Amino acid sequence: MVTSLDKPEKPLTARDYKSDVISDWCPGCGDFGIVAALQVALAELQIPRHRVISYSGVGCSSKSPHLMQTYGVHTLHGRSLPFSLGTALANPELKVVVTGGDGDGYGIGAGHFLNTGRRNADITYLVYNNEVYGLTKGQASPTLSLGEQPKSLPAPNPNEGVDPLALAICAGYTFVARSYAYNKKHLTETIKRAIQHKGMALVDILQPCPTYNDLHTKDWYGEEIEISGQMMPRVYDMEAEGYNGQVENPGDEDEVARKEAEALRKVRAKEDRIPIGVFWQIDRPTFMERIIPLNPKLGESPVCQMVIADANGNPTTDLSETCKEFRTDTY
Amino acid sequence: MTKTETVNHFSWTIGGPQGTGVDSSANLFLRSCAVAGLYCYGKREYHSTIKGGHSYFQVRVSETPINAHVDPVHLLTTFEKSAPLVHAHEVVPGGAFIYDPKVTNPDDLDLHPEVLRIPVPYDEILAKLAEELGLPLAKVMIMKNTLAVGASLALTDFDPRYIERALRGIFTGRKEKLVPMNVKATEKGYEFIQSQGFAEKFPYRIEARPDNPPQMVMTGTTAVAMGKLKAGCRFQTYYPITPASDESVYLESVAHEYGINVVQCEDEIASACMAVGAALTGVRSATSTSCPGFGLMAEGVGWAAINEVPTVIFDYQRGGPATGLPTRHEQGDLLFASFISHGLPPRLVVAPGNMSEYFEYSFHAFNWADQFQTPVIVVTDKCVGNNTQTIPPFNEDGLKIDRGKLVTDEELQRLAALPDYPGQYKRFAFSEDGVSPRPVLGQEHGLFWNTGDEHDEYGHITEDPENRLKMLAKRQKKLETALQTIPESQQFTLYGPEDAEYTILTWGSTVGPLLDAMPILQSDGMSLNILQVRLMQPFPVEAVSRILNRAKVKIGFEMNATGQLAQLTRMETGISMDHQVKKWTGRPISETEAVAALREIMNKKSQEVVLNYGH
Repeated sequence: MVTSLDKPEKPLTARDYKSDVISDWCPGCGDFGIVAALQVALAELQIPRHRVISYSGVGCSSKSPHLMQTYGVHTLHGRSLPFSLGTALANPELKVVVTGGDGDGYGIGAGHFLNTGRRNADITYLVYNNEVYGLTKGQASPTLSLGEQPKSLPAPNPNEGVDPLALAICAGYTFVARSYAYNKKHLTETIKRAIQHKGMALVDILQPCPTYNDLHTKDWYGEEIEISGQMMPRVYDMEAEGYNGQVENPGDEDEVARKEAEALRKVRAKEDRIPIGVFWQIDRPTFMERIIPLNPKLGESPVCQMVIADANGNPTTDLSETCKEFRTDTY
Repeated sequence: MTKTETVNHFSWTIGGPQGTGVDSSANLFLRSCAVAGLYCYGKREYHSTIKGGHSYFQVRVSETPINAHVDPVHLLTTFEKSAPLVHAHEVVPGGAFIYDPKVTNPDDLDLHPEVLRIPVPYDEILAKLAEELGLPLAKVMIMKNTLAVGASLALTDFDPRYIERALRGIFTGRKEKLVPMNVKATEKGYEFIQSQGFAEKFPYRIEARPDNPPQMVMTGTTAVAMGKLKAGCRFQTYYPITPASDESVYLESVAHEYGINVVQCEDEIASACMAVGAALTGVRSATSTSCPGFGLMAEGVGWAAINEVPTVIFDYQRGGPATGLPTRHEQGDLLFASFISHGLPPRLVVAPGNMSEYFEYSFHAFNWADQFQTPVIVVTDKCVGNNTQTIPPFNEDGLKIDRGKLVTDEELQRLAALPDYPGQYKRFAFSEDGVSPRPVLGQEHGLFWNTGDEHDEYGHITEDPENRLKMLAKRQKKLETALQTIPESQQFTLYGPEDAEYTILTWGSTVGPLLDAMPILQSDGMSLNILQVRLMQPFPVEAVSRILNRAKVKIGFEMNATGQLAQLTRMETGISMDHQVKKWTGRPISETEAVAALREIMNKKSQEVVLNYGH
């Protein structure tokens, strides 16, 4: 089962990452832009298609893997992270990219969202955040703010909206970013940075649902609003304005603490405008890097490539040393 | 006063609050006898508490191999005040009772007058030992249980050299330095009993049989772990739960020797999903849990089944429903395991019966998962899982690893060179036996898709009725293939003569007491055989029907309230049991109970016997 890590023979284009499946998303759906940006990002990084595993949960956005000409694993509602973690740990040579919605990731999958962060496995997680459950006709998702009432809700939302970026920083994600589905350049660049990041990366992507979210539409996100007497775009690139969430020296506790506080302050700030960009990035040991010193064989080859039988099917695992402890004739 | 001696037919109970060394005493007692060449069966009972709560261990020692415990106790050993209150009545006339006179007055107990009463002044003996060894009293006091084992074995005239050998087997590595002081403690107990002349008044003897073949002293969870390692399982997930997590924790303790990755998850939902996600890369992957956790795995099982992912799932049954009796035994999950997950996905369900089978079927489960590309659920239980007993060294002869229809890189290269290869692989290609060749994630030219939705041959979503008709039938076909491929000798075993009058239908650990009861009942004149079913899904309909139809009287015998195997058998074969023996108190069925229940059916024709012995 030896697989080649080599770069492809001829350069791949974004088109090469497109499958022949025709999407069933609504016209004008923000999801199209996200998948397109992912395909461009992969092409720019020239990652061989068979090394990319596109994972997802269940929901509109979770159909994305079927649109990708890579391995595609469309799992269960809320469970994309544990499934994909199994793959990432069993074969760390693969590039695991998970897509899914806000209900999938922050609602039914919330426990996994938190605990996958703690492990810092090398996974890129793209959440299409449109504040509603589209596929079931527009109910409130966990990111919808208190009191808001998009058109399908019979009554205003009685729940607080969750802040996925703050949660991610506290849970141990080592790359935490926000982007916007209709800012293709920013989105592509952010996805590229997330994929190149070693460790657990979250990109929360603001994605208008043209059918069910009539509050935060493409037009709303695209508006200019007045800030201190000046008209400015509602969604702005905070890094272009000087914000830098990258920890330069992860060994410097003071810097880490200062940057983490800055990131949380920026994430939680009640701004009129919506910042996009990388809020927090730090180089920390991944799950595999943490366990290999305790279990060095895991560093010799991925578990999926370990030899367990000879050519005739005889098991190569020898239990005799371990069995000594149990045998009555060894002490 | 004495009496005919009974040699190597002995039942010993030690009890006390959880955390006071009951388990370590039992381990030493059992290992001493095992090292001496005897066959031992140790039943462990404990409460769902960390400290306190009554726990006890019953060790049965025998001249010949045994498969269960018995109710009568020949020697009850205690070192505090609570255990005598619980167990005194179990000691047989002619048996003995060891106690601490400082805390126990035997006259207050429900003790048979013909039980030999043996007060052991633990504190005095240990204080003297502390002085001799020049050690602080507290360090020596914790060896009360070791002293108790020395005293117990002295009563049977057991050769003390084997106790020393057992101690060397228990305290190894960094703990080796503890051997001498523990040897001293057992010697003190031994000397006390022998010097007071108690042994002469006690009719039971344990005699060493050094020429017997060497055994292993094993627990069920460890036997499973070993089977998994031998099968090449290199990825295991779990969430802490009693009694299943002993297996995963053991695997983790030896993980570095085998390169297995054992991952503790946030819940059992994640455990199931992560094991499946790993299996997609080609690694042999498994998860282990107990009842409530198994419930959480239902959706993961369904996904693995519709995506035809080889995944092995162990359910160690305990008392249910909900949290139920978390540290007690039950066979309550057979129907749940058999019908797990909505839409009734194809899956294999197998229930091994004893520790040797736990090893063997852990191994087979991975072959079956690969051959039939489906989840394999192995239904085990707390009784075998937590017990300690002697078993022969694992039989590894003829064990072969079969990875099923894995697509090689060479085959994919060959396909890719064909002019019309679309660059993606028909992972779910329709096939005669229902099994399609399988690439794994990461193979070049092997691109496929997985989805929990119904899908086409590439794995893309489709709701086309024609495809649904064929794709579901393809998956179901694998069950037929499995039934034809798995040898009958693994699907079930019939013990005893084929043409017996009574056939007892049973499964899992309950086979043990029945096997021990069989010769006793035969000497009563009962003509019986025992049908142990292992393969529950797909159910061996024809073979089981054939056997049951031959019997004059059919008796269901299992450890749950409704007779789940009888129910499943009736559903699959249309054959009903004439009588049913059941137990659901959380305490496993003993040989004694099995004999009594079947005698009652034979003599009184009782339709149903409900058992309830044991604390």
